[in-house]
Amino acid sequence: MKMALTSTDIDRIANLAQLELQPEASARMLTQLNGFFQLVEKMRSIDSTGIDPLAHPLATIEDITLRLREDSVSEPNQRAANQRNAPALENGLFLVPKVIE
Amino acid sequence: MNTPALHDLTVTQLADQLRARKVSALETAQHFLARAHANAALGAFLDFNEEVTLAQARAGDAALAAGSASPLAALLGVPVAHKDIFVTRDFVSTAGSKMLAGYRSPFDATVVAKLAAQGMVTLGKLNCDEFAMGSSNENSAFGPVANPWDRSRIPGGSSGGSAAAVAARLVPAATGTDTGGSIRQPASFCGVTGIKPTYGRASRYGMVAFASSLDQAGPLARSAQDCALLLSAMCGPDPDRDSTSLDLPAENFTRALDDSLAGLRIGVPREFFGEGLAEDVRAAVESALKEVEKLGARLVPISLPRTELSIPVYYIIAPAEASSNLSRFDGVKFGHRAAHYTDLTDMYKKTRTEGFGDEVKRRIMIGTYVLSHGYYDAYYLQAQKIRRMIADDFQRAFQQCDVIAGPVAPTVAWKLGEKNDDPLANYLADIFTLPASLAGLPGMSLPVGLGAARMPVGLQLIGNYLQEAKLLNVAHRLQQATDWHLAKPEGF
Repeated sequence: MKMALTSTDIDRIANLAQLELQPEASARMLTQLNGFFQLVEKMRSIDSTGIDPLAHPLATIEDITLRLREDSVSEPNQRAANQRNAPALENGLFLVPKVIE
Repeated sequence: MNTPALHDLTVTQLADQLRARKVSALETAQHFLARAHANAALGAFLDFNEEVTLAQARAGDAALAAGSASPLAALLGVPVAHKDIFVTRDFVSTAGSKMLAGYRSPFDATVVAKLAAQGMVTLGKLNCDEFAMGSSNENSAFGPVANPWDRSRIPGGSSGGSAAAVAARLVPAATGTDTGGSIRQPASFCGVTGIKPTYGRASRYGMVAFASSLDQAGPLARSAQDCALLLSAMCGPDPDRDSTSLDLPAENFTRALDDSLAGLRIGVPREFFGEGLAEDVRAAVESALKEVEKLGARLVPISLPRTELSIPVYYIIAPAEASSNLSRFDGVKFGHRAAHYTDLTDMYKKTRTEGFGDEVKRRIMIGTYVLSHGYYDAYYLQAQKIRRMIADDFQRAFQQCDVIAGPVAPTVAWKLGEKNDDPLANYLADIFTLPASLAGLPGMSLPVGLGAARMPVGLQLIGNYLQEAKLLNVAHRLQQATDWHLAKPEGF
């Protein structure tokens, strides 16, 4: 049986995921994730030796290569339409908190 | 003879009336808009833009008047509404999330553009679980959706607004997306017909990404025939904008609707009829299978031995992909930004913590963990390997049968709030839709009668890759021989 997650793990994962969980939310997350990973135990014990992972479902029946399109300009300039949704904008630039002193 | 109300017409009937100029696209749009507003309490719609809708309808009338509408324009002037996962230029696109409240897309999703090119009139945007994560529509940041058959029950999810709007006749057809069952399960719970095509058939361009190796678009409507019309218009290659789009020409999925079912082998997986299946659902599904037999098909017992494993496999792979896709929401270029923060990292964290709901956070956490150093092989890679085993099981099954049939969900729609405190209970209820999702196979749901508390039960049909026309054929023949799909919720 695998070791259950601890509250330190939850803090570490939340930090990786750029989330900030308050103590109560963090405790609830711990219980729920441990419940979830119990369900996952069944999967871990399956012998999958020699099986190729399946990333694109149709690779089940044929070779799939993800294509690349030609590297050429295909879109019109949508700068104004794109920036319409920006939370903070100045002189056509996206504003963020100061990163470099 | 009584003329049926506009909202009781199917897409096919409505298109005929529009072409015969018995009704205008403008009055049709106005009629459905009025119904949608009058039933706002269902919570199905999230946004309207009446000016745009009516302008599209007028353009449809002009095309019909000029006679420029080709006889093949089978959808001209017919209203449609889009799940709020599809981005739209003329309507707000939120994906059911506070993160995207008020978001205005600079472009239309390919599926939206394709239906508009057929002359369909966009009525509005439909509620859904946040980022399509959920089976009850209760995870929407903009409130739940009521099931038109019983307003105290959930409509299913994540395409809950789509299924409820079609069932309540607020729109003749709607788009949905299906990652783990999000078209089939709400279609089943609301008594409408819905189909998810083979992975790669419909472009994912402009669909807010949840799990990229699983997400597929498809229609919900009131008959298999209507779904076939919509699906034909929605699918087709989009090679420059979706790298996973299949490079296959658009197909006419109506071509085989009337084919005979004589000799067709229907595989019945025993794992779909185990003890977890509610008796009312079993009874409805079994009576539907008897009808299919009467139409000349033969039932063949089959096995999909890893059905139960599809739950952990799916709930590793989908959150892993989601955690990656949702990393783009950082409050910089678009979407919600927290009001107070100390520095850039704090801004990211507060923005994401405020903008995402509980279920989305849970999945981001699961996904981040299973992709993190030291856990990737044990969880993510192992899930992808078992995903192949599940897909191979289907290929073995399809050596014995042409189409697979079974229930969509273990029970009928549950009560609002019933599973709120238990996310795992929601995951377990996805057991019958997840296998086909993982394998990327086409699947559909069609109504086959009422179960407990007079709530609709759906029959799931699963086909082999690219066999959508065969699924629609079985469903259409069944709908010609029975009237389950004509049942409508009281008061609509």
